[in-house]
Amino acid sequence: MPGPGPRPDELRSGEPRPDEPRPSVWGGLTRYLDTPAKRTTALAAILAFMVAAPFLFGPYATVILTNALLYTILALGLNVVVGYAGLLDLGYAAFFAVGAYTVGILTTDFHWNFWATIPVAILAAVVAGVIIGGPTLRLRSDYLAIVTLGFGEIVRISARNLEITGAASGISGIEQPWLFGWHIATQTDFYFVFLVLVVIAVVCSARLANSRLGRAWLYVRHDEDAAEAMGIDRVRVKLAAYVIGAIYGSIGGVFFAVNLTAISPQSFSFQQSTLFLMAVILGGMGKIPGVILGAFIVVLAPELLRDLGSFRLLIFAVGLLLIMLFRPSGIWPARRGGR
Amino acid sequence: MTIFNLLAQQLVNGLVLGSFYALVALGYTMVFGVVKLLNFAHGDLYMVGAFVGFLALSGVSGMVGAGWAGVGLSILCAMVAVGVLGVAIERIAYQPMLKAPRLSILITALAVSLVLQNSLLTMTNGQIVAFSPKLGFAGINLDGVFINYKQIVLAGTAAVLMIALELFVRRTQYGRAMRAVSIDKDMCELMGIDVNRIIAVTFFVGSALAGAAGTMAGAYYGSIWYFMGFLIGLKAFTAAVIGGIGSIPGAMLGGLILGLLESFGTQIPGIGSEWKDVFSFSVLILVLVFKPTGLLGQSEQERM
Repeated sequence: MPGPGPRPDELRSGEPRPDEPRPSVWGGLTRYLDTPAKRTTALAAILAFMVAAPFLFGPYATVILTNALLYTILALGLNVVVGYAGLLDLGYAAFFAVGAYTVGILTTDFHWNFWATIPVAILAAVVAGVIIGGPTLRLRSDYLAIVTLGFGEIVRISARNLEITGAASGISGIEQPWLFGWHIATQTDFYFVFLVLVVIAVVCSARLANSRLGRAWLYVRHDEDAAEAMGIDRVRVKLAAYVIGAIYGSIGGVFFAVNLTAISPQSFSFQQSTLFLMAVILGGMGKIPGVILGAFIVVLAPELLRDLGSFRLLIFAVGLLLIMLFRPSGIWPARRGGR
Repeated sequence: MTIFNLLAQQLVNGLVLGSFYALVALGYTMVFGVVKLLNFAHGDLYMVGAFVGFLALSGVSGMVGAGWAGVGLSILCAMVAVGVLGVAIERIAYQPMLKAPRLSILITALAVSLVLQNSLLTMTNGQIVAFSPKLGFAGINLDGVFINYKQIVLAGTAAVLMIALELFVRRTQYGRAMRAVSIDKDMCELMGIDVNRIIAVTFFVGSALAGAAGTMAGAYYGSIWYFMGFLIGLKAFTAAVIGGIGSIPGAMLGGLILGLLESFGTQIPGIGSEWKDVFSFSVLILVLVFKPTGLLGQSEQERM
């Protein structure tokens, strides 16, 4: 929750850009939820609804909603990279794969405890992020898009061909974890695990956006040169965004793997990466409620448009194009103009 | 088969593959040179070219047969149709975005790519379509190295197209304007060059080359599908980066080098053909790390 002090969107950063609305973590929501009390009430209502949802809608909806929560975590992570730091990552599924395969390999081949694999998965994501981001973030920002695309393919092809990742059939029989004597096994259990993760992810994202680093991202995104002149090390702050995004992706992958108990290379394709990216852009880059909305749209829309078959992918693609042309700041309206 | 024969055979295969890469890389690099945009949809224009060529071939095969004359005609059809499509995309999607933040235009390009892919996915139902011109399997046997006539003609066509492009860029008024726009767009406007028109010409020529490459690749490999542009788009970008993005001779050289690297690389023990793509993307990352300007690119003093 942003406190009463100056918020990053109220700081002046270079010249104002009329084509890009001033970013705010909560987007247009602040217009209606202008007091902390209103905001708390709204959040409590949403949270209560989400807690009640699996009991209201039945097991099938719980599976779909769990998936939507997973996408929310990943979209929030990608939002740090794309929305906060303004870097285009087209291979985000690679980090998702890093997390999922770390858990898969360590728990099945090496019989590790599930909880012990999480730090390893985070470490693996950080290392991968630094290896890919370190050299390319020094270059023009467009290069990162293609290099991440190539990296995503490298990870997927490696997973499909290496023996340790189970080649094309993947890894199965991943054990579902225990937490203080509670065996997390049913779909409802996982729903609540993901709900807790989403709450943590939202809090971390909001805190990040309002931090010193968040302001540095905002500055770098608006004017790299001015930011550098002000003493911000642009490569370092971009790398920080990229690595933080990688950690989100990896954690998403970890819980994805134990939820399904089986993983295979198809789950980490380029199409998957574009879906994550769509979630971020549809709802509105850089704004947490927008990104959550986007993730839910990306997961729920195919369910609602199931009858349309492959046509729905075309609708998605055209929708993305129209949004970029007519509403580049996303579905959720951001606060425009002055205070 | 001796080791010499094996290497010579890979040289031939690599050159054919490389000439497809080079044709697609040229469009990438030309568009980048003129509007500083990475056109993600470029690989998909190649894919559309393959489908246009396929349709054209079934249209003209009644008149001239599905042999070389038919393939030649369908390459021409694909070039014109994809060229026009490229200009239309530029006008509809990129033109309004040229002044927008960089991230927006990249995402727009990605969206265009998805629209093209999913349109063809919907039309073909995701099926792989057999593209089978009657070109025969004859060839010449040079001391154990077999060269298909198909390979000779297609690599030759690619070479002719590249020479034509080089002449177009070096010797014509449009070519000169294109080179000028890639150096300083604002100054060109002051000098009375219709920059929008030059951008359209660039998109037309670049897309037409991708369309030609698509039809040629379809005729060479014998099958086409909606996702075929994704990988070659990435490879062509790699080729353009190896040669130096923005440089036309660089794209040709980069394409050939990448084609050769791939066909020889897969012969190294331990790197089977399943690792071919990993091999070329690793090359891409290494080039970006150690020589981001590529072989023939000029170092770019950006901004300020």
